[in-house]
Amino acid sequence: MLDLKGYGPALAEGAVVTIELAFFSLALALTLGLLGASAKLSGNRVLTGIATTYTTLIRGVPDLVMMLLFYYGGQVAVNALSDYLWETRGIDFFFQFDPFMSGVVTIGLIFGAYMTETFRGAFLAVDVGQIEAAKAYGFSRWHTFRRVMIPQMLRHALPGIGNNWQVLLKTTALVSIIGLTDMVRVAEEAAKAERMPFHFFIPVAAVYLALTAGSELFIKWLDRRANVGVVQGN
Amino acid sequence: MAEPAPLICRDIHKTFNKLEVLKGISLETRKGDVVSLIGSSGSGKSTFLRCINLLETPTSGDIIVHGDPIRFTENRKGERVPADNRQVELIRARLSMVFQGFNLWSHMTVLENIIEAPVHVLKIPRKEAIERAEAYLNKVGIYERKDYYPAQMSGGQQQRAAIARALAMEPEVMLFDEPTSALDPELVGEVLKVMQSLAEEGRTMIVVTHEMAFARDVSTQVLFLHQGVIEEQGTPEKVFDNPESERMKQFLAPKF
Repeated sequence: MLDLKGYGPALAEGAVVTIELAFFSLALALTLGLLGASAKLSGNRVLTGIATTYTTLIRGVPDLVMMLLFYYGGQVAVNALSDYLWETRGIDFFFQFDPFMSGVVTIGLIFGAYMTETFRGAFLAVDVGQIEAAKAYGFSRWHTFRRVMIPQMLRHALPGIGNNWQVLLKTTALVSIIGLTDMVRVAEEAAKAERMPFHFFIPVAAVYLALTAGSELFIKWLDRRANVGVVQGN
Repeated sequence: MAEPAPLICRDIHKTFNKLEVLKGISLETRKGDVVSLIGSSGSGKSTFLRCINLLETPTSGDIIVHGDPIRFTENRKGERVPADNRQVELIRARLSMVFQGFNLWSHMTVLENIIEAPVHVLKIPRKEAIERAEAYLNKVGIYERKDYYPAQMSGGQQQRAAIARALAMEPEVMLFDEPTSALDPELVGEVLKVMQSLAEEGRTMIVVTHEMAFARDVSTQVLFLHQGVIEEQGTPEKVFDNPESERMKQFLAPKF
């Protein structure tokens, strides 16, 4: 049995933090991705401009730099906003920009940009005839989006979402830099204290591997479901 | 008071990037009319059909569905656009279209395809929509395929499912855009047979087609389009047996 020298519970808690961080970031990334893709395809010049600036900016800056910027810069921004609101409006508004929150925001923003491209490509891959049929039967734009575009787009987007998710999961390891006690951080402390790097980092690596491998199976299953009515016919 | 005509189109023009595709097409239908639009490719017949349900916005001209004229306005670029999107949606729901490429929603089963618009656009209770869908599936002869996905069926079956989808709207007018052109020759007959039975029931239909036998035997009115204008118009007997225009005579002449 693997002896974790009493670090077992802390590592387990760290693993939970990693998973929570990944899921919250994914939710934000998917939301931003859908919004970004919709904005890019909206035909509205202002919205397209905003979305293009967003993806260009995010994809051009290293993840680590962004994370440091959000963690240290985020609190400064919250403080400034808080001071401004208190002085001008008398509103008492303040919150602590903790490492978890900056992790979610940063990872969500980064992968939101990648998801934007994934979703954009997937929307463009939807056959125009499918959308035309929706129009011809009196669907509103929103109804077309919800009942035709989204389900048809997902089939094309799933492989990209799966890739992004795996990279996202591994990117969560970066939050240990800004002091969040995730799995990596605990392992690092334990490895230093016990001078046993292999002993602690290999189990951590194994947990990541298990998570990504499990995700892969899940995504394959989703993919089969999304392709129902397509694959059988071909 | 007399029932208003199901569909009237007056002087429809359509220009794509300075290219005038329709140069003033007018059409008046009575209830139960079967209008065949014929002509070589590029004549504008499909564009005209797509103008009727506003898949293309006519550059000028009026469209009046059951006495209800579609209202237009101009956008900031000075282009003509429908004034009221809600009106367009309601009118489209009364003019159901059958496409050349079927365009059944591929992620829905046949039954789901047929009840989608009745439930969500016409707001018919789901149970009633299913009963209606099943009745029309029986009519087009593919009831046993109701839980299949489109990709699991032949082209002829898909097109019959698409016709059932159109019928389930109980539309004022049915629009057919070359409904048999994408089918293998041996599947054309089953679709034409369904269309003929609809015509015999007195449904108002506008059909863009290359099937001359269908145009001649089933329609009440034939429009022959050439380069965006109506070259010849009238009953099938008149258009096919006594054409006045040279173009129509050439079109009908044996090609080999």
